Amino acid sequence: MSIAIAVENVCKNYGTFRALDHVSLKIHSGEFFALLGPNGAGKTTLIHTIAGLAIADSGAVHVMGNHVMAGYRLARRQLGVVPQELVFDPFFTVREILNIQSGYYGLTDNSRWIDEIIVRLGLEDKANVNMRALSGGMKRRVMVAQALVHKPPVIILDEPTAGVDVELRQSLWDFIQQLNREGHTIVLTTHYLEEAEALCNRIALLKQGRIIALDSMQNLISTMAMGYILRLRMHPDDLPSNFQKIQVGCHNGCFDLKIDSYTQIEPILAQLRQTGVQIQEMQLLQPDLEDVFVNMMNRSHFETQ
Amino acid sequence: MTGFLTLLYKELLRFWKVGFQTILAPVVSTLLYLLIFYHVLEGHVETYPGVPYTVFLVPGLVMMSVMQNAFANASSSMIQSKISGNIVFVLLSPLTYWQIFLAYILASVARGLMVGLGVYLVGWLFFDVPYYWPGWIVMFAVAGSGLLGALGVIAGIWADKFDQLAAFQNFIIIPLTFLSGVFYSIHSLPPAWQVLSHLNPFFYMIDGFRYGFFGESDSSPYLSLVIVIACFAAISLLAVKMLRSGYKLRY
Repeated sequence: MSIAIAVENVCKNYGTFRALDHVSLKIHSGEFFALLGPNGAGKTTLIHTIAGLAIADSGAVHVMGNHVMAGYRLARRQLGVVPQELVFDPFFTVREILNIQSGYYGLTDNSRWIDEIIVRLGLEDKANVNMRALSGGMKRRVMVAQALVHKPPVIILDEPTAGVDVELRQSLWDFIQQLNREGHTIVLTTHYLEEAEALCNRIALLKQGRIIALDSMQNLISTMAMGYILRLRMHPDDLPSNFQKIQVGCHNGCFDLKIDSYTQIEPILAQLRQTGVQIQEMQLLQPDLEDVFVNMMNRSHFETQ
Repeated sequence: MTGFLTLLYKELLRFWKVGFQTILAPVVSTLLYLLIFYHVLEGHVETYPGVPYTVFLVPGLVMMSVMQNAFANASSSMIQSKISGNIVFVLLSPLTYWQIFLAYILASVARGLMVGLGVYLVGWLFFDVPYYWPGWIVMFAVAGSGLLGALGVIAGIWADKFDQLAAFQNFIIIPLTFLSGVFYSIHSLPPAWQVLSHLNPFFYMIDGFRYGFFGESDSSPYLSLVIVIACFAAISLLAVKMLRSGYKLRY
């Protein structure tokens, strides 16, 4: 499998602030990859060094085998980037913008593909409207369209769903997933962990400019999260004392018990029956990316103290 | 080539769509100078023998408007794109640095020439402005507006805020323009000021441009052209170097 993005030992400082600290990362062609981390972790800086919007102080970045500075023309041709900031050119309409954007990539007759992305992103009614007159969500769609005009093999989306309504979010992801199935490599950052969990095969967790986890979604969840949560509502509403050591929380009158595997469920239920407790409601909570995320962030927090 | 032409087209459209403000307004304000100086100075001053002051003034005002608008176009386009953030679409594109630079300055040349032509046409309607060597006129107009366009690119990249750009314009561009002999022949100045004027590259632009109209100038037009082109080349190299290094554009 070929490498779509190769980041090797990249450092980037802004004054005394170290935004990226020896980051190395390989993203394979065809992957759906998520960069996660709290605000200020370095996600956008990393994306900017890949896109050539920021210049790394040391280390090297290649896109589809092209160095992003020495071979910038080839590298930029392979890349479509949706920046995080909502930016637009107020002098033009949506269609003018997309035609101009195509021209930058040397495409003179791109109207068929432009029509398609306009439809896929729900911009039909706005195609001849000036950018100034669009709502924030519509501007965001145009930015996605701009990143796609030249059908780049690698697409990077920096928080594309921030401030976007549910309907667009869904249709946007459908579109992006289709592009991924057609072979485009997708890299995204998002604060909606459930999005990353539903879409991506691999994630990198960044914190303070360093990658603190880099693995497939399943591996991360199975190795990092600690077991399952059994949530019970009981009558009488009182947890027998021998369970209090595995209790991890209370939630709307339910008791959350931590278990390591499914085989522990039956013994717990049996013991509750023996003590005459009636179970009124039961849920088994699977670990998710959020647990991993919180867990990892806390863990590295203690390590760095 | 398509990429370059597209950016050039975008830059042309940018000012053309607001032509009232970018072409008509500067023509009108330059003509106000002409009107005022005509009323106040006509008959009092004669710079070249046999050439009335207003006729002498028209080419200077034309060149001044060409220069100021070329500078304004590149600098305001650059700083607006930077501040609004839409410069990223150019920075993300595979356009080369020379292509970006040339698109910006050619659009500036186009706007400078349009405004200059507007001023000239009105001057030509009301005053008997001759033209001896149109070739010189075109060469100095193009080289001068290119030079100011390149300075505009530099100022637009350098300035973080609009007031810094205004400072660049008010403390560098306007003094150099007004002291370059737009309103007078430097031969009417005291010797020390004449020497200083010869250090001002803008002087050679105005002087050479005026030679195209009257066949007379303070300096040889060949020397002027060499100096203007040399300055143009040096400023262009600096501008492209700034674009290439990502100075204030790529963080």
